[in-house]
Amino acid sequence: MERFEPTIVAFVCNWCTYTAADLAGTARMIQSPNVRLVRMMCTGMVDPKYVLKALLGGADAVLISGCHPGDCHYINGNYKARRRVKLLKEILTGFGVDERRVKLTWVGASEGNEFAETVNELVEDIRELGPGETSRMMVI
Amino acid sequence: MANRIGVYVCHCGSNIYPRVDSPKVAEFAQRLRGVVVGRDYKFMCSDPGQDMIINDIRQLGLNRVVVASCSPRLHEKTFQNAVLRAGLNPFLFQMTCIREHCSWVHPDPVEATAKAMRLVAAAVDRVNWHEELYSREENVHPDVLVVGAGIAGIQAALDISRSGHRVHLVERSPSIGGHMAQFDKTFPTLDCAACISTPKMVAVSQEPNINLMTWAEVKEVSGFVGNYKATVRLKPRYVDMDKCTGCGLCLEKCPTKVDSEFEEGLAQRRAIHRNSPQAVPNKPVIDASACRVLNGKKCGVCAKFCPSGAIDFEQREREVELDIGTIVLATGFDTLDPTPLGQYGFGRFPEVYTGLQFERLNNAVGPTGGKIVMKNGQKPESVAIIHCVGSRDVNHHEYCSRVCCMYALKYDHLIKDKVGHATRVYNFYIDLRCFGKGYEEFLRRVQEEGVTFIRGRPAEVTDQALTPEEEGKLIVIGEDTLLARTIRVPVDMVVLCTAMEPRADVAEVARVFGISQGLDGFFLEEHPKLGPVSTATDGIFLAGTCQGPKDIPDAVAHAAGAAAQALALAARGKVTISPTVSHIDPDVCIGCKTCIGLCAYSAIEFDARRGVSVVNEAMCKGCGSCAGACPSGAAQIRHFTEKEIFAELDGLLAPVRIPVTEPEPGTAGAANGAEETETAEAQA
Repeated sequence: MERFEPTIVAFVCNWCTYTAADLAGTARMIQSPNVRLVRMMCTGMVDPKYVLKALLGGADAVLISGCHPGDCHYINGNYKARRRVKLLKEILTGFGVDERRVKLTWVGASEGNEFAETVNELVEDIRELGPGETSRMMVI
Repeated sequence: MANRIGVYVCHCGSNIYPRVDSPKVAEFAQRLRGVVVGRDYKFMCSDPGQDMIINDIRQLGLNRVVVASCSPRLHEKTFQNAVLRAGLNPFLFQMTCIREHCSWVHPDPVEATAKAMRLVAAAVDRVNWHEELYSREENVHPDVLVVGAGIAGIQAALDISRSGHRVHLVERSPSIGGHMAQFDKTFPTLDCAACISTPKMVAVSQEPNINLMTWAEVKEVSGFVGNYKATVRLKPRYVDMDKCTGCGLCLEKCPTKVDSEFEEGLAQRRAIHRNSPQAVPNKPVIDASACRVLNGKKCGVCAKFCPSGAIDFEQREREVELDIGTIVLATGFDTLDPTPLGQYGFGRFPEVYTGLQFERLNNAVGPTGGKIVMKNGQKPESVAIIHCVGSRDVNHHEYCSRVCCMYALKYDHLIKDKVGHATRVYNFYIDLRCFGKGYEEFLRRVQEEGVTFIRGRPAEVTDQALTPEEEGKLIVIGEDTLLARTIRVPVDMVVLCTAMEPRADVAEVARVFGISQGLDGFFLEEHPKLGPVSTATDGIFLAGTCQGPKDIPDAVAHAAGAAAQALALAARGKVTISPTVSHIDPDVCIGCKTCIGLCAYSAIEFDARRGVSVVNEAMCKGCGSCAGACPSGAAQIRHFTEKEIFAELDGLLAPVRIPVTEPEPGTAGAANGAEETETAEAQA
């Protein structure tokens, strides 16, 4: 049987995680090709509807990653993201979507290795979880 | 009118192609909706590459451009300028990264090419929704704030002030000079540190363009590049700076003694104190925690003896607000406290010193008047110098502190010079890193002076003698890794070359100035190679060791660089501010005020007359907190609008599966309205 290759959308902040992804690339840290990055200025601008759109559009999981708490380029955008993701997870769980399909992490600008690990771990976790059903379950 | 999009896929020499099949990606792009031309080229960022884009815009009438190459953090500006040169608004351009996030990290060419195609499709979908945006210009306040007055801060302040710009120099301690003021000699030339730094310190105090604030800290910073506002807390000195003549009588009369920080605990100072007779400003400060009067006891001796009546116990903390355009951070470093490294016995054995303590022993105004003697007043017959204490050590700091090898060699020479040539000096090193100008020559000179070098990090310093000649000595136990033999070296004195580390409150300072720290804890520069003095926050620059360990020449050069960068902004007087800020559509806004509570910059106000929230674009930084939370979708960040992100997701996800899995009939990708003909992708 062929291995399940999940599709994962990552909303990453320009200042920390996008930079970390660049660094991981510069250091040639091998990553699963399943994660596709969307550059945001801050995790605080990740509207929950972007996450829903990605899940409904066929993504098996969504990663949101920004600066470490206290390190936000915009003072506290990451805290807003954290609150929003927590609520979103509760709502998604209510709709039968496994909350592990939305992941929030902090990866600082200098943590290229951390980024590569996050990507590879998430891909493995979602591979285990199986294909996302959101896009089939709900019709918009 | 339908958009006419040009897509350009870079090879980046051999960095992208052949891992990502750039010609195939370009060919794929050509079939996407709205794309007029898809090309690939060896170096898109080169002049011919940019000319290709410019010619196509002019000849094919392109109104949107997508470049797939390296990270936009590197070349987004390059291509935006190219687009602008062709007469197109630079925001009608989208860049997608197929190098750092694709060709460099995905070893399989099929997977990498497939992902590159998805990224290009996403960029094409997104660019359709881009709007023309115009940057605005803001004035830059000509004054500069320099934080920290060690050698780096002094250099930056002097460089800036000489240009005619006003500098506010804020120093936390009572006098300026930083760590360099504690040193005796400097490697490799053996100049005396005071001889070369005091003229600069005096120049700072006499320069009319420098507003020197010692015993002060920056409490809060607000604003944006060119228009910062800093609140500086002036701690009470309890000495009237105008009346005090610096005669020093109070320093002799004060009855309270405590350990001196400046002398690294090797000597005592009074409650009213100054670092040295050369201190700038040369006026004392009262230590509020030690002073008897300030702790409710009877004393006031200093006030009684002061001939100019300068003592003022009623002084209170004050705050001043400064308007500045740019900021140079030169907050320096701390040295590692070796007490937790119990094996070296610091704190247990009196004859184990840190590098800085040994520096004070050498200093002519230090606790021993510059004589290298043990606590009992005797000259040491033998000294061990242990390199890399806390540096190059996974248990403490992985990095190399860059200065220890050289100052250890300096100590070697000074011991031979001051104590006598017969004194035995043992260096325990891992590698000798003598990389600077004149450093290797200095190493050769010290080697010729008869110093012993033992390669290996010692395991322990002990006083447990095994033989009569070890009796009463400190024994350094280690392995000579070149001889593969364990050794015991009895010595009279041990010097630990402790690591340079970030200031204890570095995280708090990073928060105040809104900048980041690297993994090692030091402030993070914009780019490790090409942006070593700038930070991710526009208008804030780094100077000296707050960015990472440096020796004096490097710190001074770094500071001069930071000064030049700050001056470039200040001298031009104008700065371009990105238009990617928030906009609230008054026709959609329901006036719920959610955004107002979320805005970290107080950039949103409520217009009661119209019942809508309004963004002050001068204060908005475009973080998108408002857009992420707006329940009606009225708040949108320009260049990151809902339509743009949705389109990007459409392109990213259609079709959903990458080719290695079976195709899914009626997938969600089709349900989401992504209608490009992308059957070719499976063969990618």
